[in-house]
Amino acid sequence: MRTVGVTLLAALVLGAVLLAATGANPLDAYWAIVTGAFGPDGIQDTLAYAVPVVGMAVALAIPLRAGMVNLGGEGQLVLGAISAIAVGLHTSGVLGIVAALVAGTLAGALYAAVAAVCETRLGVPLLVTTLLLSYPAMSLAAYLVRFPMRDAGSSLPQSEQLPPDVRLPAMGTGVTVGLFLIVAAVAVYAVVDARTPAGFETRVTGWGPRFAQYAGIDRPALTVRLLACSGGLAGLVGAVVVLGFPYRFIDGALITPQYTWIGLLAALLAAANPLGTLVAAVFFAALTSGGFAMERATQVPRELTAVLQAVLIIFLAAATGLLRKRRSPA
Amino acid sequence: MIDAALFSSALGALTPILFAALAGALCQRAGVFNISLEGTMLVGAFAGVAGSWYTGSVWLGVLTAVLAGTAYSVILAVAHVSLGGDAIVLGVAINLLAVGLTSFLIRTVFGTRGTFSDPALRGLESVHIPGIADIPFVGEVLSGHSVLVYASWLAVVLLAVLLYRHPWGLRLRGIGERPEAAASLGVSVTRYRYGVILAGGALCGLAGAQLALGNVTLFSENMTAGRGWIAVVAVMLGRALPYGVLAAAVLFGLAEAFGFRLQGIGLPQQATDAAPYVVTLLALFVSSARIRRSRTREST
Repeated sequence: MRTVGVTLLAALVLGAVLLAATGANPLDAYWAIVTGAFGPDGIQDTLAYAVPVVGMAVALAIPLRAGMVNLGGEGQLVLGAISAIAVGLHTSGVLGIVAALVAGTLAGALYAAVAAVCETRLGVPLLVTTLLLSYPAMSLAAYLVRFPMRDAGSSLPQSEQLPPDVRLPAMGTGVTVGLFLIVAAVAVYAVVDARTPAGFETRVTGWGPRFAQYAGIDRPALTVRLLACSGGLAGLVGAVVVLGFPYRFIDGALITPQYTWIGLLAALLAAANPLGTLVAAVFFAALTSGGFAMERATQVPRELTAVLQAVLIIFLAAATGLLRKRRSPA
Repeated sequence: MIDAALFSSALGALTPILFAALAGALCQRAGVFNISLEGTMLVGAFAGVAGSWYTGSVWLGVLTAVLAGTAYSVILAVAHVSLGGDAIVLGVAINLLAVGLTSFLIRTVFGTRGTFSDPALRGLESVHIPGIADIPFVGEVLSGHSVLVYASWLAVVLLAVLLYRHPWGLRLRGIGERPEAAASLGVSVTRYRYGVILAGGALCGLAGAQLALGNVTLFSENMTAGRGWIAVVAVMLGRALPYGVLAAAVLFGLAEAFGFRLQGIGLPQQATDAAPYVVTLLALFVSSARIRRSRTREST
């Protein structure tokens, strides 16, 4: 905990230097981020941004807990979103909403499971299979919204809008009841992680893969299971996002905001600890949405907050490495 | 369908990947898993454009790219080698830092957003090799590229010579295989790993320069678009062997160029965009299956 505090402070100091270099007052800029993220106007934006970021962070934390890195979150997210739209456009009512959410979850889960099987059966590292499979999924979605599923009334690469009864009820601008789904997912992850044999097996594998094998844990089966859960949640996040405003799939809309990579950073920062991942993801979401307020107040480009996030992780990774080295001088 | 122009465009497309993959192979050989190639390449691309723009000389632009790539890779060297931070965590963060930093800088330095291009921005000129340029087909394929394309081939040969015909290469491979053994023989593991990461940074700088000043003459946000990741895969596919990495990069370049060509006969762009990744994945399946088969044969 102290390490996190110190590295956070170091990242903030470096950010202040960058801010000063662009001619802005660092304190004003930081104050603008805080008020922008949590003020009465900003809190809605923060929440709207936090939902997908927290969802992706937890999705990627699940295999990370066992030391497996899923780099294909973007593909699973997009595939879940496009599947939810495909189902949602042809159904109606509450049943339609449920069907769309299930379709998104299943699509993500299956796709991630394929990547897992590529490792367990074909011997290609998971890191690579998840990453490589991500691009075809994004291309497929890009193709679908340009041709078969294209909104005929628009020149943009986007799908048609979902019918009004197949939309998640809104709870303010940009936030839907999908928020509760994501919160539930975090809660389930926390309980499974702390209280069940499955969670224990996962953590043991994370501590030491060879020890886990010795203890009789079936690694291939665990890999497929964890990846299916990870991809399923990523797919659900995609479905939740497109079932909210603007109720359609727009090409690139799930990629440009960097939900996946920021989520992965949050999961890495917290070492996939459930509560830690949640806190880190909300923190990053607040930082990003506060960045817009900072840009309005000080004319400093909001990309600065992305720099701060990455610097924080680099400092933290270095600090953890240093602590480990001190403890066990090799 | 298959003509000289296809191979010529494949050569241009594969050069940034080849440079980055050589960087990855070099690091791999010294036991450093470097996935920060993507971000370092992006920084190189930005620095190349900025350097060329402010000095008016494309050569100083390339030099700036190399220096920026090297300087940027110091982050990984210090945080991973000296401080012992996890290479994967650092790699992901370094890549995101590059996206944030270049998007930040394109706005503060050039005052635009998204893409910076200007008619006055100097790019690399294509070189016509006397003698070869006039040979039909061969000339069309091999001649008329930027200097960096030829430099990348030279870099493959140099890396091969360095790794297998020079004491440095021997020590480097020793460090990659048994760091403790190498250290006990008096080889400085830290110094060699710093060396490969910084040299890798320089190579990624060249990759970025070719991307932003050779293939096109502009900088746009996130313009590396996954090439650094493909380089990571190419290292794996080529087993970190210089010529193996070259073959993997050629495969990827051909898939990209051929996919682009297929658009001409009506295949949607999205299908051909995905082709290089699918081809790479299939190649990985084949190569890992072959290795496992040879392993089972050894054990029986």
